[in-house]
Amino acid sequence: MKEFMLIFRVDDVAHCKPTPEQMQERMNWLASIASRNKLADKGNALLPDTDSAKTVRPGNVVTDGPFTETKEFIAGYVIVKTEDIDEAVAIAKENPIFKLNGNIEVREVSKRKYN
Amino acid sequence: MKEFSSSHHPLLQHLFRSEYNKMTAVLCRHFGLQQMQLAEDLVSETFLKAVETWNRSGVPENPAAWLYTVASNKTKDYLKRAKTFETKIAEALKTEEQQETDIFFTEQHISDSQLAMIFAICDPVNSAESQVCLALQALCGFSVEEIANAFLTGKETIKKRLLRARAKLRNDQFKIVSMSDTVIQSRLDVVLTTLYLLFNEGYFSKTYDQMIRKDLCLEAIRLTLILTQHASTNTTSVNALLALMCYQSSRLDARTNDEGETVLFEQQDKGLWDQDLIDKGNYYLVNACSGNEVSKYHLEAGIAYWHIAPENERKWEYILQLYNELIVMEYSAVTALNRTFAFAKVYGYEQGRVEAEKLGLEGNSAYHALLGYLYASTSLSMAVKHYDAAIALVTSAAERRTLLREKELLEKAASQ
Repeated sequence: MKEFMLIFRVDDVAHCKPTPEQMQERMNWLASIASRNKLADKGNALLPDTDSAKTVRPGNVVTDGPFTETKEFIAGYVIVKTEDIDEAVAIAKENPIFKLNGNIEVREVSKRKYN
Repeated sequence: MKEFSSSHHPLLQHLFRSEYNKMTAVLCRHFGLQQMQLAEDLVSETFLKAVETWNRSGVPENPAAWLYTVASNKTKDYLKRAKTFETKIAEALKTEEQQETDIFFTEQHISDSQLAMIFAICDPVNSAESQVCLALQALCGFSVEEIANAFLTGKETIKKRLLRARAKLRNDQFKIVSMSDTVIQSRLDVVLTTLYLLFNEGYFSKTYDQMIRKDLCLEAIRLTLILTQHASTNTTSVNALLALMCYQSSRLDARTNDEGETVLFEQQDKGLWDQDLIDKGNYYLVNACSGNEVSKYHLEAGIAYWHIAPENERKWEYILQLYNELIVMEYSAVTALNRTFAFAKVYGYEQGRVEAEKLGLEGNSAYHALLGYLYASTSLSMAVKHYDAAIALVTSAAERRTLLREKELLEKAASQ
């Protein structure tokens, strides 16, 4: 089994405050992975507000909010355990994020040898 | 171990069940866990003496008090008599930092001792299965035969398992006398798991004997109740577990028919549900919700609550949400299947079937039974195929009959 991190990106801060229906959809997706025993880490949401997000750059420069140079920003992540990346991609495709025009980056986790 | 047979005297049988474990708990706490055998022998001798004396001169006015006095005297006699006292026991006493010499059977002392025994028996040096066996013997006063019947296992297997578990317990040096809050907190999770398994052993028992099943469930409730009666163990998780046990037990009579077959939830006679136990479940669930902690017992108690709650159109949505959280917290095939059933109830059988087929539990009879159920309205051939697979995989005869009946009903409906 390999582990893959699914990194969620959206382009609108409003998507970080889901409606109850959206919450239910997201939870159904997460529980569906867990039901197949393929959830390694349920992950977390990452808050985008000024009080919760800063970006630190060279030259002691700190800006408010998440890294937005790519227009999109990271809204959260989960880690799945699957045979290969194709299976992780198939799981990602079931996520309701695409209704919001968001996207998911799938990255294999290479575990550090020492903690 | 001397095993006391109480079958010939109904009052003694009752007293044996209710007093044996109290008395051994008090004596074990007195002598230390290393002398568990001695404690049990003294209590067994007390019951033998009761049989002799009561047959000859009648039952005393307060039989329990009589037993306590005799057990207390027998212990004192033993301590005086034992030549080995200086060497063997004194050493054991020293390691357990035991000071008192009088044996008291006061209500408080019994209750404290029982709590200490629960924590001593639920020792992670033993497997969960062995802990449950040992709990049945040492905490609930079950005989080897009764345990073997409950597990549908041979007496010899159970005997060996118990001997091994006891040996490990003796070597673990658990300080039953001076049990601190730190010890309690660090072992509470293990205790809850064992009580949960003990309950499930009764509730989902392999045996068809309703009496054994009820006994196991009630014993699990009794032990969990002891935890709620002590401030250091009266946590929200303990209350949640007790609520779960009350809710489940309320349906014990309704979920099995006269032939021992499982009655599916939707076909149960709600008139057979025990309202008193449901009320108790509600009481403990309210207690469980007084903090911020959400354990798996909270989620399972919540699910059990919604199953027996008055009709509510959003019932299955709530159940699905709780199952979603439960499966994310801890995977088990049973939870995955139940969660998928709830999903089908909310989003329809067709979507439920798609969700079920992702589970990949081909070797699991319940998985095929669920697919058979979900296919029933859309594809008779697929439904029958899955029911056949479930019937081929199932190990319990009662469950096989239930599945065969479901399949027959399906085929009969299709041919009309």
